[in-house]
Amino acid sequence: MTKTCRISAFLLLLACSLSLSMAQTTAKKPSSGKPEKTSSSNANGATSWKQIPIPPLHQFHPQEPKRVELPNGLIVFLQEDHELPLIDGTFRIRGGSRDESADKTGLMDIYSEVWRTGGTKSKTGDQLDDELEMKAARVETFDGADSTFLSWSSLKEDFDQVLPAVLDILENPEFRQEKIDLAKQEVASFISRRNDDVNQIAQRESTRLAYGADNPYARIAEYDTVAAITRDDLVKWHKRTVAPNNMILGVTGDFDAAVMERKLRDMFGKLPQGEPFPKSQISFHDPTPGIYFIEKDDVNQSAIEIVDLGIERRNPDFYAVEVMNELFGGGFSSRLVSNIRTKEGLAYSVGGGVGAAYDHPGVLRISMGTKSGSTAAAIDALNKQIADLVNGGVKEEEIHKAKDSILNSFIFSFDSKEKVLGERMSYEFYGYPQDSLERYRAGIEKVTPEDVNRVAKKYVHPEKLAVLVVGNARDFDRDLATFGKVTPIDIRIPAPKKATENSR
Amino acid sequence: MTPMRNVFLRSIASVFLFLFFAATLQAQDLASFEKRTTVKKLPNGLTVVIVERPEAPVFSFYTHVDAGAAQEVLGITGLAHMFEHMAFKGTDKIGTRDYAAEKVALAKVEVAYAAYLKENLKETGRDPKKLAELEKAWKDAVAAANQYVKPNEFSQIIESQGGVGINAFTNWDETGYFYSFPENRLELWAYLESERFLHPVMREFYKERDVVYEERRLRTDSSPQGRLIEQFLGSAYFAHPYGRPVVGYPSDLRAFSATDALNFYHKYYVPANIVITVVGDLKASEAMPVIEKYFGRIPAAPAPEPLRTSEPPQRATREAILHEHSQPLYIEGYHRPDFRDPDDAVYDVLSDLLSKGRTSRLYRSLVRDKQIAVAAEGGSFPGSKYPSLFYFFAVPSEGHPAKEMEKPIHDEIEHLKTQDVSDEELQSVKTRAKADLIRGLADNQGLASQLGTAQARYGDWRELFRDIDRIEHVTKADIRRVANKTFSDENRTIAMIETEQPQAPAAADKGAQQ
Repeated sequence: MTKTCRISAFLLLLACSLSLSMAQTTAKKPSSGKPEKTSSSNANGATSWKQIPIPPLHQFHPQEPKRVELPNGLIVFLQEDHELPLIDGTFRIRGGSRDESADKTGLMDIYSEVWRTGGTKSKTGDQLDDELEMKAARVETFDGADSTFLSWSSLKEDFDQVLPAVLDILENPEFRQEKIDLAKQEVASFISRRNDDVNQIAQRESTRLAYGADNPYARIAEYDTVAAITRDDLVKWHKRTVAPNNMILGVTGDFDAAVMERKLRDMFGKLPQGEPFPKSQISFHDPTPGIYFIEKDDVNQSAIEIVDLGIERRNPDFYAVEVMNELFGGGFSSRLVSNIRTKEGLAYSVGGGVGAAYDHPGVLRISMGTKSGSTAAAIDALNKQIADLVNGGVKEEEIHKAKDSILNSFIFSFDSKEKVLGERMSYEFYGYPQDSLERYRAGIEKVTPEDVNRVAKKYVHPEKLAVLVVGNARDFDRDLATFGKVTPIDIRIPAPKKATENSR
Repeated sequence: MTPMRNVFLRSIASVFLFLFFAATLQAQDLASFEKRTTVKKLPNGLTVVIVERPEAPVFSFYTHVDAGAAQEVLGITGLAHMFEHMAFKGTDKIGTRDYAAEKVALAKVEVAYAAYLKENLKETGRDPKKLAELEKAWKDAVAAANQYVKPNEFSQIIESQGGVGINAFTNWDETGYFYSFPENRLELWAYLESERFLHPVMREFYKERDVVYEERRLRTDSSPQGRLIEQFLGSAYFAHPYGRPVVGYPSDLRAFSATDALNFYHKYYVPANIVITVVGDLKASEAMPVIEKYFGRIPAAPAPEPLRTSEPPQRATREAILHEHSQPLYIEGYHRPDFRDPDDAVYDVLSDLLSKGRTSRLYRSLVRDKQIAVAAEGGSFPGSKYPSLFYFFAVPSEGHPAKEMEKPIHDEIEHLKTQDVSDEELQSVKTRAKADLIRGLADNQGLASQLGTAQARYGDWRELFRDIDRIEHVTKADIRRVANKTFSDENRTIAMIETEQPQAPAAADKGAQQ
């Protein structure tokens, strides 16, 4: 997660309105272009929604971006979009937090912040801020588990002035020490705050349970690992990763693709190649099953997370798993919401499924919040839902609805040029076929009830799950020990070693 | 320093460029939307806005109901939000196995609940045995009604038909409902959306009340920031409902009934109070008749009476200090007028000046230079229909107490009161306001809610674009005047979290962080 996300998490609280649901239903994938049965109706006479005619969907062929490979290996996607006078772009660069060394966990947090705030050889970050904001332009850097990003957004008219700034940040970052110190202090502040929010604790610690606390996808920055990071580390990281053959650039907006291609060739075609960034070698182990507990005495609601390793998207079972997730914990009408929220009133937020990631196992995660006094009842209810899924099988009707839901909303995966560009960039980055979206639709269509029953048994193992409860044990309805041996997790924040030896 | 001068010169040049450019841009946008936007007030008083945006074969809608928590009185706090949840429970045709029987059963639930509540609220002479019997009678009546329910059928239809982003929100000012559909489901949408406001059924009300209570635990009771904000608003307002939580007080959440919710609905969910905005791949000439056919069925009714209570002037600084185990937070607020005030745009400029981006004053002062906070911002909250607050919020850096935020924030305020902002700074704010408006125009759902809100507030969606004109006219003198008028000691309410003790005693090395 990037730092901006964490800050806005604080600021967002003021945007205080109450929603029906925590999780927005994610856009799934297409609606069949084929006509559905229609019948006539009039409003007053309609006694059933089924009488409403549904005409065929308008023909739609999403505009594909143009893919260009520069001689130095930089891959560029150009997506014209003339609706608004804007030009936006993003470099995605291989190498992210999973590739930093464990004793410097947090390196990507610092790097992705100071890459931008630390300015370039010729301009301080503050000068860049002044210049860009005067144009209402944005140039930002951020990080993820497997990549870093440099992106910009500018009004079309300013593009020719903003692009050189982007190149300057790409080629000549200065990583000024004062901004490194500031970023480190910010990360340290986030460390000090990381046990304030019950759901943040539950999310973090359950990920550590699923992957293992030392796994690069789960480990967390500590005072000492942050203190150990030096300017030299940032410079080295930049040299190692920022090479055209390790990057993909996507540009969208109000431009002519041929003209833009020339500009980008001039601007980025001369960047020297570097060593290809190595594939990460991370091993994954199943979590240790059992019940885990973290005490938090200032809450009246427990956060419950049930986790295991999930799957990779390449897995041929991915489509059946998607259908299973949809009917089990996907939307408002899923089993988890219908049974635990609607019928029992035990939760406001409940949901989950077997997670899938592009190039490593995702996390099987079932999450729920319930009042302290119904914590054990909630675990019982979740266990029952899990057991029903695995042993009870799914009804054909449920499969139909889940597939309809995914297929009818498929259009929302590519209903903007920017989304199409984003999909294409992801496939390129992870080496997936460029027609993955079409394959997804076809894959979902083929899923049968037998497939879903099979993958439920294959990927959901009630006896192998790790169950984490974060809450106020004093008010629980039943001792967690009634579920088995309880393993407490110590989340106390390790104090920094002596400050003096670190800062430098 | 020399580089600084360069920046200066260049920015002056770009100021001129921008004044010209932005003005044309905005005219273009408005003209483009004029061509694509159709507004119709139906005979029953309901307003429909249609925006044609045929980028992809989908559409989004936003139903704006001009009623929120500010319409509640004590005893029913949380009810506007509760009704929002109930609007997903279906109708007399959706979500039921046998509505005729269900209706009778639901009526019995209300009778049983009223008897239980009456006993439960007795201040003297409550009979525990009788209470237990009444509770059982109520729960039995609920169980009897539940046998007719098809749970979540309403949401299930939307989801299986390809709806995405299904959600709704309630704040103090309004209630909003929204999702997106493939364009060939327009008529289905018009049916579903009109039916839920024509024939809402309060099924599973008391279970949903438990769900809402869980939402209160999640957002308020179990969250340090939630607790802080509840205390902050409660301190800033004595009389006006902005001082009360949208989610409701615990006592009211345990008391209000389905009958209360229906009463609220009948009073506030009248067509004159509703604006429906649809944006996407549709033609107004084809869509409007469909929408009118369905939404025109909602019977006309008198618009509800306006709110009577306004907040009396504040005469003393107020302070709420929460002693918590969590890390410190700081907020202070000053009463400001509502959105119709001529100075509304000045507050927008102030907010941008103080908060937006790395050049903003609070970031530069508290985060970059003094390094006492990791985030700081200012803006308007909690609403805009009624006189609201202008707040300053800071998240202190590790080791800095909340109290330490006060002085630097007041220094920034003093600065605003006594010194003009520079031309560059003001121009930069105006430029960003325009650019941000443009950035928000490329999304059906965002457009629907922005245009729908403008239509509801001002009676004209064009005001979304005219906001920019208002900002354009803000002067340096306006900023000083408004700062002086607003940011006074007696108009201030402060709330903060002071950390009482370390989160937990340290692991390996005793003292841990702090």
